[in-house]
Amino acid sequence: MKKLILATSALALTAGFAAADVVRMGTEGAYAPWNFVNDKGEIDGFERELGDELCKRAELECEWVKNDWDSIIPNLVSGNYDTIIAGMSITDERDEVIDFTQPYTPPDPSAYVAMDPDVDLENAVIAAQAATIQAAFIAEQGWTLVEFATPEETVAAVRNGEADAVLADKSYLDTVVGTDGLVMLERTEAIGGGVGMGLRESDGELRAKFDAAIQSMKDDGSLNELIAKWEVSSQW
Amino acid sequence: MFSYCTDPSTLEGLTWLSCYLTTGKHLSFYASFVTVLVLLAITAPTALLFGFGGATAARSRIAPLRWFGKGYTAIVRGVPDIAFFLFFVIALDQAFEYLRHKVKCPDWEEPIRQGNDFIVCQAAKLPLSTAPQWVHETYGFLLAVLTFAIVFGAFAANVLYGAMNAVPHAQMETAEAYGMSHRQAFWRIMVPQMWVYALPGLSNLWMVLIKATPLLFLLGVEDIVYWARELGGTVNPRFTDYPHGDWRLYYFTFLLIFYLGFTRVSEIVLERLMKKLTHGQATTGGEAQRKAAA
Repeated sequence: MKKLILATSALALTAGFAAADVVRMGTEGAYAPWNFVNDKGEIDGFERELGDELCKRAELECEWVKNDWDSIIPNLVSGNYDTIIAGMSITDERDEVIDFTQPYTPPDPSAYVAMDPDVDLENAVIAAQAATIQAAFIAEQGWTLVEFATPEETVAAVRNGEADAVLADKSYLDTVVGTDGLVMLERTEAIGGGVGMGLRESDGELRAKFDAAIQSMKDDGSLNELIAKWEVSSQW
Repeated sequence: MFSYCTDPSTLEGLTWLSCYLTTGKHLSFYASFVTVLVLLAITAPTALLFGFGGATAARSRIAPLRWFGKGYTAIVRGVPDIAFFLFFVIALDQAFEYLRHKVKCPDWEEPIRQGNDFIVCQAAKLPLSTAPQWVHETYGFLLAVLTFAIVFGAFAANVLYGAMNAVPHAQMETAEAYGMSHRQAFWRIMVPQMWVYALPGLSNLWMVLIKATPLLFLLGVEDIVYWARELGGTVNPRFTDYPHGDWRLYYFTFLLIFYLGFTRVSEIVLERLMKKLTHGQATTGGEAQRKAAA
């Protein structure tokens, strides 16, 4: 009897320890093929699969959380979830507020989609999602920028003529090009420094774990396979 | 959902639609209607309570209480809702965690604020990071209720403050002449009579509250507008069994009908309530009722 009690309490203790390792993964859920909500209402996509694999390799228990893009960084630093895995490009500006793991996709140029292939970008109205590298880029060029809260709305703005072109990650635009007469422009912009996972600056230990997991996926080629499967970027 | 839904690409017309409308994603959409209704059902009485407290405080004879009541209405009414919702929920959450941290982890040495980060010990996290997702969602929902109650409570306080002042002063004087204490006169004479003056203002607030629910998504609660936008957006065949174009117009038309229907029902209920409250009151409305009856 005593042994039984001892065994159960030991089990309860270890279960307690294991449960303490729940890592909450924050994502947007509106950026196919990176992350989106599937028919079942679950988070799906490249980053879902990548995140689950990383957690498995780092021996962490992970849980997925959806959050609006606009407030995704404030909610991370105040501790509502522990990582951002939402197709977020590593930039100096963001790096001042949060920390990034090593990139899991290489830096890829951003592309334009428009209704008219000969649009003159400098005198056009260009749509981009708010608080993205693309929006910052257009603002820097001094072109006319209209910002939207979600990626879907940026493309819708081009469809209905509110904007002449949209600047976004090429992999996202690949999913819409060819529909309703949308065409991709030849011109691309080399902005951004690869996509990585965002973590609180004080969470060095967790960052090291994910860094190691990403490295091991790079080394055995499984990361490239995932990238190819979801067509999110060029490969390593 | 249905057995014939296994291969949607072969379906057409109504069968396709019946499968499409019962995907897990759509079920979340329907569930969010319940979320919104429950939120309203909890928030409205809570906000009214906050408003009543604020109004009573603002009329108090104790100066600090009066300052608190007046300050509450003035500050909350003056700050834009969206700023309140973005800032307040995070601040409120951090305040709760800070207090729990002080109680539960007294020998924690590292600072709570490290640069931009807000770090409390694991045991002080609210909810605990080990808690299942539904606990997190419920907690977020309750924070939302509290934030809504504070914001709308301030407006309600102002309405009730005005309504209390609108009760004819002679009524209070008569009550005291009959020997009622200040407190008795307040509860027996003023409170029952003030509602008729408060109702037009409160019904306006209710209408605004119904339409303010999309602010929920800022708080991480997925409401009906979020799901309508999500479901209505174009979906590529690569990511779904039910590809379609930009259907946001249909989804938002549906929301439009829902909101219009909801506000219409509210109007009818409020009108009846107004009739009931006017009964026997010393107002023009009450007078008209009396004459009609005679």
